Amino acid sequence: MKEIVNLPVSKPEEEEYHINMGPQHPSTHGVLRLLVSLQGEIVKNLKPHCGYIHRGIEKMCEKDTYPQIIHLTDRMDYLSSHINNHAVCLLVEKALEIEVPERVQYIRTIMDELTRIQSHQLWWASFGMDLGGLTCFFYGLRDREMILDIWEETTGSRFLQSYNCPGGVMQDIHPNFQKKVHVFLKTFKKKIKDYEKILSGNVIFEQRSKGVGMLTKEDAISYGITGPSGRGSAWSCDIRKTEPYSMYSKVHFNEVLRYECDSYSRYMVRMQEMYESMNIIEQLIDNIPAGDYAARMKAVIKLPAGEYYQRVESARGELGVYVVSDGNKTPYRMKFRTPSFTNLSVLDHLSRDMKIADLVAIGGSLDLVIPDIDR
Amino acid sequence: MTFNIYDFTSFTTWIDQSLNSLMSPTLALITEMVIIGVVFLLFYAVVGLFLVYAERKVCAFMQNRVGPNRVGPYGIFQTIADFIKLLMKELVYIKDSDKLLFNIAPFIVIIASFMALSAIPFAKGLHAIDFDIGILYVIAVSSLGVVGILLAGWSSNNKYSLIGAMRSGAQIVSYELSVGLSLLTIIVLAGTMQFSEIVEMQSDGWFLFKGHIPAFIAFVVFLISSTAETNRGPFDLAEAESELTAGFHTEYSGIKFAFFFLAEYMNMFLVASIAATVFLGGWMPFHISGWAGFNTIMDYIPPFVWYIGKTAFVIWLMMWFKWTFPRLRIDQLLTLEWKYLLPINLVNILLMAFLVLMHWHF
Amino acid sequence: MNSFFKYFSDIFHGVKSLLIGMSVTGRYFFSPGQIVTQQYPENRKDLQMFERFKGEVILIHDANNQHRCNGCGICENNCPNGSIEIISARVPGEDGKPKRIIDKHIYHLGMCTFCGLCVKNCPSNALGFSQEFEHAVFDRSKLNKVLNKPGSSIIKGVE
Ligand code: SF4
Ligand code: SF4
Repeated sequence: MKEIVNLPVSKPEEEEYHINMGPQHPSTHGVLRLLVSLQGEIVKNLKPHCGYIHRGIEKMCEKDTYPQIIHLTDRMDYLSSHINNHAVCLLVEKALEIEVPERVQYIRTIMDELTRIQSHQLWWASFGMDLGGLTCFFYGLRDREMILDIWEETTGSRFLQSYNCPGGVMQDIHPNFQKKVHVFLKTFKKKIKDYEKILSGNVIFEQRSKGVGMLTKEDAISYGITGPSGRGSAWSCDIRKTEPYSMYSKVHFNEVLRYECDSYSRYMVRMQEMYESMNIIEQLIDNIPAGDYAARMKAVIKLPAGEYYQRVESARGELGVYVVSDGNKTPYRMKFRTPSFTNLSVLDHLSRDMKIADLVAIGGSLDLVIPDIDR
Repeated sequence: MTFNIYDFTSFTTWIDQSLNSLMSPTLALITEMVIIGVVFLLFYAVVGLFLVYAERKVCAFMQNRVGPNRVGPYGIFQTIADFIKLLMKELVYIKDSDKLLFNIAPFIVIIASFMALSAIPFAKGLHAIDFDIGILYVIAVSSLGVVGILLAGWSSNNKYSLIGAMRSGAQIVSYELSVGLSLLTIIVLAGTMQFSEIVEMQSDGWFLFKGHIPAFIAFVVFLISSTAETNRGPFDLAEAESELTAGFHTEYSGIKFAFFFLAEYMNMFLVASIAATVFLGGWMPFHISGWAGFNTIMDYIPPFVWYIGKTAFVIWLMMWFKWTFPRLRIDQLLTLEWKYLLPINLVNILLMAFLVLMHWHF
Repeated sequence: MNSFFKYFSDIFHGVKSLLIGMSVTGRYFFSPGQIVTQQYPENRKDLQMFERFKGEVILIHDANNQHRCNGCGICENNCPNGSIEIISARVPGEDGKPKRIIDKHIYHLGMCTFCGLCVKNCPSNALGFSQEFEHAVFDRSKLNKVLNKPGSSIIKGVE
């Protein structure tokens, strides 16, 4: 067997040396290993090694029925678990040509946007921590707690809810749900001002992120950088706009685009998106129609033979689910196009000739979730 | 013998005389040295442990948490428990490390801060040694610590450590200038480098108020640059944990790590006491000239309390910085020093000299 | 001259933004009432989990030590992780024909991902989630539980 693990990044130039960032490193947010070759403090070359948390989810899906697959998707991008569930459910419903009740669509959309907010909150927290502002971490987690409580009351879990199921949701929303969401929106609108005061306007933060990790629109498209990272490079790639699903065609919201193309603009996109998500929730939360919380489904769900693809906008970008079915109750082949994996590919391009500290900032601004990379 | 918490001079002379009457002068001197050494060692340990606890509590409150609260009431014995844990930990032997330098480095760091501590006046008549070049001595000695950091980084045989040490070298060499120059501003005002005299001169108002604008600028510059010199965040590049895991002390474990840790906090205590002594009047109570009644009330508070209070205030300011700001990048750090602090400082000294010449200070 | 002013305005804006940031942390420092930490082991008594909280799967027993499970095995089939094992037995029923009852409803808590499919799909609503969340044990085998209590029987009329 060829030696893969210790493959040098390139032939080391004079005075170049390698360091391994990860698999245990505070700023890789998990078990990602970056083989970085440095010249002094300047990053010359970078090679990500993934696979440390590979669980074979795609292969496991092949033995699971469609309702069972849901709980595996939670564990890919654990910060947007609702959205991952949603993608699979949408695919199954599309394949079976089922119309889900309107109430379900409302609930799912609200849940998706709550997911987006809490994911961005956690991202804000960890981005602040990457840049050395440790206090940000606790503020972000503190506010995220409110959303987790809302979820816990309705879905029973705080983190990996498995709340969606083909045809609807597992349980109806809790009677307190709407009230609590209102309280959350009111509180968070105040707290997000703290976020802006402590990080957005801070001169040190601006110095650290402005002009760092320039990603032009052309590069973003050719690398396939989607989500807030792509929109930070002025690429309009929001699936909620381009291919609306659930309620997104009926609510009014802006696709946030920034034109600076650096880490700061990626940061600002996410900050703005939190406002937009709150806006979407506000439009929906009081108008949830009465009705069933799930459509009637057959006891055994079998997709007709064929290929299906469904994409949704997860908190980090475009999540695609691809299924080849041979008509059985389990898929023949299942493939996830996860945003973090694609976004990781641009890290080398962005961090060349930058400093180590910039590499950390760029990695943070791309918002990578490692289990989403490895699956 | 009269023991007076407002003036320790009689107390120390009494000890000196009774020792001399008991034994030969040489022996008395040696005994005195030992006593002072032991006292400082205890003081060092207590202050270090307390500061670690204080930092954790302060940052917890700033972050909406409770902080340590398990060991003892309000968790006050937490750091002692941590210290015992560190004592019992294995000292990991690092392959291919330079053993001698690796073992020496923590001691250099700790000795540097220990030596600097000796020149600080804690209360009237309560200082180990009263140099007439006290400030110069403290600046000189405290910057020895960087040697230890460089050695630690070099000898660890770890690239993270080396990067951290190199950063620290560049950082301390440049920020030493600002610390020196901002203190020089006050020396211009005071006309002396002796700590005791500097404190005496502030009996009718602290230098921060006496020298108004230039003194205030010098105070701010001193705060910034001394934070940088003690390797504390936002300038903690040498140990930037999100970039270099733990920087120069990545490879240290057990008690040697504790030494670095303790030295960091003692350095903070040190610069805070210098700031308190030079800018805020040290142990001198808060006096407003003309308000006799107010001044006597202030005099009732013992000088040691004044000194600790002021130092604690400056330490709290430094903690506040650390727990608010993100970290700078190495080039921005140097830009801040060479393009902003240094020119401002130089102009500030001129301003202060002008002020003193024109007798515009209070 | 322009860059001269820019130099000072940069300093001014920088210091201002830093002070704004410090005002936030300073405010929290002086308002300990806003602390959100839960003092966990101390608040055990009044720690109320939400009723839907998925702590662990249980077989709901009523006061007479009776449950609704007839040992059909649907939960076993629906579990994606094989966390449930149904061992059923055959006993003679009242009418003389052999009847299937549950012998052991084995639940491996260590393998459960709390997806809720078993609870949702049980045709006789025999399963539920309890709010117990303190699962730590010293031995992994303790996580394998038998859900039907000893001596329990099925409620009349649900089979
Ligand atoms: S718990 Fe429900 S699904 Fe499982 S065996 Fe019993 S009756 Fe059947
Ligand atoms: S909750 Fe899911 S994983 Fe757990 S036992 Fe039930 S079906 Fe299996």
